[in-house]
Amino acid sequence: MRPQDILLPNAAGLCCKPGGFHIDPVRPVERAVITHGHSDHARAGHGAVLATQETLDMMRLRYGENFAGSTQAIRYGEEIRLGDVKIKFHPAGHVLGSAQIAVSCKDTCIVASGDYKDAPDPTCAPFELVPCDVFITEATFGLPVFRHGDASDEVKKLLASVALFPERAHLVGAYSLGKAQRVIKLLRQAGYDAPIYLHGAMDTITHYYQSRGIDLGELKPVKGMKKAALAGTITLAPPSATSDLWTRRFPDPVTAFASGWMRVRARARQRGVELPLVISDHADWDGLTATIAATGAGEIWVTHGQEDALVHWCRSKGLKARPLDLVGYGDEEESETPIQAEAEA
Amino acid sequence: MNRFAELLDRLAYEPGRNNKLRLITGYFREVGDPDRGYALAALTGALSFKHAKPALIRDLIAARTDEVLFGLSYDYVGDLSETVALMWPKAALAAHNNPPPPSLTEVVTTLRTLGKSELPRQLERWLDELDETGRWALLKLVTGSLRIGISARLAKTAAAALGDKDPHEIELIWPGLVPPYLDLFAWLEGRGDKPVNRDPAPFRPVMLAHAIEDNDFAALDPADYIAEWKWDGIRVQAVAGRDERGHITARLYSRTGEDITGSFPDLVPSLRLPGAIDGELLILREGRVQSFNVLQQRLNRKVVSPKLIKEFPIHLRAYDLLGDDENDLRELPFAERRERLERFIAKLDDPRIDLSPTVPFDSWEALTAARADPASAGAGEDADAVEGVMLKRRDAPYLPGRPKGQWWKWKRDPHIIDAVLMYAQRGHGKRSSYYSDYTFGVWTETENGEELVPVGKAYFGFTDEELLQIDRFVRRNTTEKFGPVRHVVHEADKGLVLEVAFEGLQRSPRHKSGVAMRFPRISRLRWDKPPREADRLETLEKMLKAEAAEIEV
Repeated sequence: MRPQDILLPNAAGLCCKPGGFHIDPVRPVERAVITHGHSDHARAGHGAVLATQETLDMMRLRYGENFAGSTQAIRYGEEIRLGDVKIKFHPAGHVLGSAQIAVSCKDTCIVASGDYKDAPDPTCAPFELVPCDVFITEATFGLPVFRHGDASDEVKKLLASVALFPERAHLVGAYSLGKAQRVIKLLRQAGYDAPIYLHGAMDTITHYYQSRGIDLGELKPVKGMKKAALAGTITLAPPSATSDLWTRRFPDPVTAFASGWMRVRARARQRGVELPLVISDHADWDGLTATIAATGAGEIWVTHGQEDALVHWCRSKGLKARPLDLVGYGDEEESETPIQAEAEA
Repeated sequence: MNRFAELLDRLAYEPGRNNKLRLITGYFREVGDPDRGYALAALTGALSFKHAKPALIRDLIAARTDEVLFGLSYDYVGDLSETVALMWPKAALAAHNNPPPPSLTEVVTTLRTLGKSELPRQLERWLDELDETGRWALLKLVTGSLRIGISARLAKTAAAALGDKDPHEIELIWPGLVPPYLDLFAWLEGRGDKPVNRDPAPFRPVMLAHAIEDNDFAALDPADYIAEWKWDGIRVQAVAGRDERGHITARLYSRTGEDITGSFPDLVPSLRLPGAIDGELLILREGRVQSFNVLQQRLNRKVVSPKLIKEFPIHLRAYDLLGDDENDLRELPFAERRERLERFIAKLDDPRIDLSPTVPFDSWEALTAARADPASAGAGEDADAVEGVMLKRRDAPYLPGRPKGQWWKWKRDPHIIDAVLMYAQRGHGKRSSYYSDYTFGVWTETENGEELVPVGKAYFGFTDEELLQIDRFVRRNTTEKFGPVRHVVHEADKGLVLEVAFEGLQRSPRHKSGVAMRFPRISRLRWDKPPREADRLETLEKMLKAEAAEIEV
């Protein structure tokens, strides 16, 4: 069986005809299989949704109880038959509950990895390498200039700045699902035990992480704090808030941003970031290429991001590779819709 | 090197002056000799070695990476040094055997003596040893493009803070110091004596004036002051002195102490007498002072050709004398220095150097009249090059910086137009949550009828309160957003009129309107005025004609 008879992109997303479902569909479909909870992958309005418990919970928090007709939770390692195919979920290491989806039909196995990273992350299960025939990879950071280094070193940079400017507030822009909790956890691991302040849009999802047994130390809402009391503190906020009116409540804030994009100066400058922190929840170039090679897949499909460079690399290594023209996915930052009931705070 | 790179990296993102100072001083405190000295030299532009060409860097990366991947990466990043720094592949050496990354001292001292043919291999070794930021800083350093928004003055101020010293003290001894400045740091840390400046033609920190306001005059007595014209040129300090062998060394410094002698070799022969003149650099043609636009043709030139020297003859107009041969005159009252200056210039008797005349007056009314009409008050045909008048207390010593109540500048009224706010952009640093950069336009007739055409950009001149008002206006009246830029409503009856003050106009092919303003700023918000009543492009073109005539050679 040709792989494209198993999975093929159409207008709604990646469609599995023999299984009768879509993976991460961008339009409402009858049956959706979802890799993880970021809003560009997990949308409301599908008939039936199959995902990890965490992903389902996050969708419920964002879209409300009726986000789908019906839901079914699946564990990592669990195998389910859908139509003529078998699917199995494996940890993707991207955010809490994120999964790669292995779709097998007869003797062909395709892994749709969603968003993934092979770097350690104390807030989610580590990436699991799944041998396959076709590997579908993201390419968010698919250029050799993106090498992310050790996230704990970046957090040390943040703490050094807090020590150097004790009279200023440090404002860290971070995606509210995943990145924020990872940064908080890394701060705790680096020995920072003061309260960490949260923008209102971070509350729900961060408390959800805590409810899943991830210890994040003492967290406080920034709302209602006196300006002077925020000197020397660290606050996490969605990236869009760090350059807005909201920042005027902080004393001479140092604007940091935790993102893989911060590797490139022009991107950091564009956003007016003063303290770029290269912390990414996506695999960097070395991670992408090492993973592709390790899956043993002879054919690579490349989606959202810098497809050209990664396709070129695969071909130069003798792998069959093509870009998958999927639309509607991107940086979670650009597409993030706030989790329900959280107005600006 | 990695620690220095970290400093540069952080400075490149930090917009606040005080925070930059803190970062640099912190580095000086933390890092020992001689690394910090070479860092100070790098920041003040005092390092000299032959720079590597971008082509060399390209060759290095081409040998290590795939051409297509490099092309795609370079397109994305947009900066050669940064692209190479980020994508330089890790060396395949065994990790335990790696040499430690080079120190800044090692890099600087090696580059000084390295032969051209050895450079590529040496660079390659360093690139292997450094981390991403280290590689970036190294490449910026060796290609001579270390642009991180730090002035030499700022770096010296940061060094001064190390020992709680006044930066002027460093400025005074600076010309005699050489990297890695061991004696300077020893003095700053209280471990050694103050280094002595043995430079025969040292820079002296410049005295500056306060802008005078209408209500300042009431407290001032005209009899206490001497007035002179404020010429629209470049404030300089021209210094000549004898070296150990008795030969004259002459140097020209900008007001910040930058040595600009190389740009004006034609003035050097005229600086024959030992002394230090505070004056204005001008272009004179047939005895007439040319406009600043003309002088500008001589600035920032890499090569000063004989043709340039002939067509733009340089001239020094003297205001003050800070040193006369071996004597330091700075403690003397201005009236006395002025007398010494007159004798000095007479003795020098050089066509390229003359005295800036004083403006006689006995009342503020008389001076107001002179300022309004410099042509009839002694400036004659040079009146167009008069930017205003300077008031100097007769008894004022020459003090560095901007001491209160000693010198006043009273500029002529600037050009003013009413323009319409068209686009607004977020500011930087403290202003990053405000729309504080404004593009404004004036009306002109086009094939589509009456349209606004952008004529300039301004980001200061308004008060904090006005900034809040404009910010609010921008947010409520945005018609489109493009990244950080907002299109603000600008129609005949809807929009905000800004009164824009500026110092001069120049023809500019880079601007759609064909004109560029010098020093534009928002002088008033005209909430009262409908956009249709704002100025027209023709008004600017008329102003331009008067100025442009002088540029033609």
